[in-house]
Amino acid sequence: MLFALLAGFMLSFLAPVLHRLLGKLLVVPMVLFPLALFAYFCTQLPGVLAGNVLLQGYAWAPSLGINLQFRLDGLGLLFALLVSGFGALVMLYTKGYLGESPLLGRFYLYLTLFMTAMLGVVLSDNLFCLFIFWELTSITSFLLIGFDSDKEEARTSAWQALLVTGAGGLALMGGLILLNLATGSYTFSALLNGEKFMATHPLYLPATLLLLLACFTKSAQFPFHFWLPNAMAAPTPVSAYLHSATMVKAGIYLLARLGPVLGGTEVWQMVLLMVGTATTLLGALLALQYTDLKAVLAYTTISALGLMVSLTGIDTPLALKALLVFLLAHALYKGTLFMVVGAIDHSTGTRDAQMLRGLGPHLKLLAAAATLAGLSMAGILPFFGFVGKELLYEATLHSPRLTWWAFGGAFVSGLAFVAVASLLSYGIFWHKASVSTPVKHAPSFSLYLPPLLLGLLGLLLGLSPSSLAAPLLEQAFQVIASTTTELHLALWHGFTTIFVLSLVTVSLGVLLYFLLPRLQQLPITYQRLYQNGPNKLYHLTFKGFLKGAKAFTRRVQGGYLRNYMVTIVLFFCCLLVFVLWRDAPAIDLSQRVHLLQEVRLYELVLWVLVMAALLYLLNTRSRLTSIVVMGLVGYSAALFYILFGAPDVAATQLLIETLTVVIFVLLLHKLPAFTYLSHQYRKYKFVFVSVLFGSLMTYVLLLVQEHAVTSELQQFYGKASYLQAHGRNIVNVILVDFRGFDTLGEITVLAVAALGIFALLRLNPEKGGKR
Amino acid sequence: MEILLPFMIGILFAVGLYFMLHRHLFKLILGLILFGLATNLFLFVVGGITRSSIAIIPETEEVATEPYADPVPQALLLTAIVIGFGIQAFAIVLVRRVYQTLKSNNLDELNSTDKT
Repeated sequence: MLFALLAGFMLSFLAPVLHRLLGKLLVVPMVLFPLALFAYFCTQLPGVLAGNVLLQGYAWAPSLGINLQFRLDGLGLLFALLVSGFGALVMLYTKGYLGESPLLGRFYLYLTLFMTAMLGVVLSDNLFCLFIFWELTSITSFLLIGFDSDKEEARTSAWQALLVTGAGGLALMGGLILLNLATGSYTFSALLNGEKFMATHPLYLPATLLLLLACFTKSAQFPFHFWLPNAMAAPTPVSAYLHSATMVKAGIYLLARLGPVLGGTEVWQMVLLMVGTATTLLGALLALQYTDLKAVLAYTTISALGLMVSLTGIDTPLALKALLVFLLAHALYKGTLFMVVGAIDHSTGTRDAQMLRGLGPHLKLLAAAATLAGLSMAGILPFFGFVGKELLYEATLHSPRLTWWAFGGAFVSGLAFVAVASLLSYGIFWHKASVSTPVKHAPSFSLYLPPLLLGLLGLLLGLSPSSLAAPLLEQAFQVIASTTTELHLALWHGFTTIFVLSLVTVSLGVLLYFLLPRLQQLPITYQRLYQNGPNKLYHLTFKGFLKGAKAFTRRVQGGYLRNYMVTIVLFFCCLLVFVLWRDAPAIDLSQRVHLLQEVRLYELVLWVLVMAALLYLLNTRSRLTSIVVMGLVGYSAALFYILFGAPDVAATQLLIETLTVVIFVLLLHKLPAFTYLSHQYRKYKFVFVSVLFGSLMTYVLLLVQEHAVTSELQQFYGKASYLQAHGRNIVNVILVDFRGFDTLGEITVLAVAALGIFALLRLNPEKGGKR
Repeated sequence: MEILLPFMIGILFAVGLYFMLHRHLFKLILGLILFGLATNLFLFVVGGITRSSIAIIPETEEVATEPYADPVPQALLLTAIVIGFGIQAFAIVLVRRVYQTLKSNNLDELNSTDKT
């Protein structure tokens, strides 16, 4: 399985290159690969049907419990077949839909990448392996939705989908980690074989809620449903593949997978039922409001996903059985309908239900596919959708909790499905119209073959459910229900209540279809409702984040040098005060007042000189005077060095000071003149900060003097300087001998500074100099 | 004198920082120089100061005779002063360049990377 995935990654990145090499024949390898995968998974069928579970593992980061572990059981195989088989058809369909696009190679890259990631999700045994593939599907979904990157709508929708599902991914990671902490197992196999995760465990609630959040965002459950209709900005193959048949079902997959571990509790059932049914009703109602066929399909998809979530919430064997059948049936007919709508869009240039009339005679094969899928969607007798719908009604009617709520959801969505199915298979193709919509160009073979095949498959599975679909579904069923109850699928159950309900649904649904134009006429109330829904909240939050980030950046990174400095200095002061207050003893100056008597007169004169110079510096407006006064301060410092036994330092200081004054004077006429710039109010703030900093430094110095440290280095250098390095000036010896490399570093710094100065002086961008 | 020097250094720090917080480019350089000076003196005092006993071994001796000034802070200081000079010189030229190019002496106007 690892090699299948690796091959997928490799092929996907080869796609753009192959596009250049093969041109239009690119479709051949791209279709053959999923077909090969499909065939590979088919070869696994006998083993899995016999009840075996295929496990494969490769060490990745074993110390963290993160390994490439795969598990192929009934549920995984069902999804794997769906993903790869559907993948092959979508790849073919893409050729017809986007065949002329110069970016076809890139599109195949994303699509194959997605398919591989999705296979990874459904095959992963390791929890973190699943997480990685899960995130990868979110990212590829982002890339695919934003494929028409020149359209703003596509970019916004792509962002939205990424943020919503990405947030869910984060929740998934949290949930998986908690699950791992609580149970100690890293794989689904271990989870399934181990003890049940008890609801009384303190981590049960947070872990479950986080995992549910992940599933709800991925499967577009209320209130996170809004990204899915917006994701219809993607090219139709993407909508058909990701946003109806596979990716949005990843959430359902995970729910089904975790059901045996987390399910059976009140929280699990109530949350799933409430959210699922709310989503079902919302999707069904909104689906009737739109005339854009893709939007209609998107909302029915949401409704169907809601039903699946409700079914996992009902949590009875019957419901889980219904879930699997409905899931398969939905993938088949919804994928078909999406492809049909895409083909119509491609041929006529519109997908607005009000514009499309009487297409049947022109697009016979498409009409056939749409009719097949529509009948399945409506749940008409010989189709697989009928089997699904029967089971759905039966399961909801026997729900242990919230029976009427669940059944109401199923019934309303059933009505909406019938209406939408009538619209798609009858309304736009066969409804009598004076003028039929002109068909610009007939759809090519690759546009109508995939939907037709899928539609036929829906009929075939419906005709003999027990022989074709049942064995695999049964294995999947045993995985998610963790019972060995047998699963019987039959087309005909006799004239039961359920069948009567089905009949009622169909007749009311058809009635609804004839009312559709009227429903679409008065969308204003609903529109307003929708405009103020979660979608708006998302946009508000999104904008708020951007604004907040900008305001924060402006606050912290204002671009004012002094604000940065004030922040740094104040922070430094706070740290210093904290440390001094916590660790250091208070200083006692009274002990040292007598030291004042030892101050010699010339020292005092120097001290006063520096003070006077500083005072003068604060008040002067002349640049030349400032420079001279600065020199005075520097020379005074040099004198202090001499007085306290550091002639070398003093010599350096004198030299440097002289050089600085020279540079200043040389450049003086090119430096800005003094102007009065600061505001009075700010001045006080700066004075405060400066004085605080200065006094802290004084305090530190006084403290250090009180607790003098004795250094052994002094003795070492005093002894070793002549005997080892043959120099009498100890400071010089240290610089050129003991710490010679430091001095080399210092020289390097000077050289770099000199280079910088040279460059700055020579740089002349205005006069066309080189930058 | 040990008791007076810390106050001088503190005042030097304060004035240097105050100048650096100004908006004016020229004062920024002055502040930078003063701050550097204060830091050097700070290091000097922290190392412990003794009056007029230089760290040089007399011709007649092979090891230094007590008392002598601690040579380690002095060696550090020498390095610091020279590097400080490098920074000062660079800052002066940079300010000149900025002033020449942007015709502004106000730091507050230099808060974006693009010329306006």
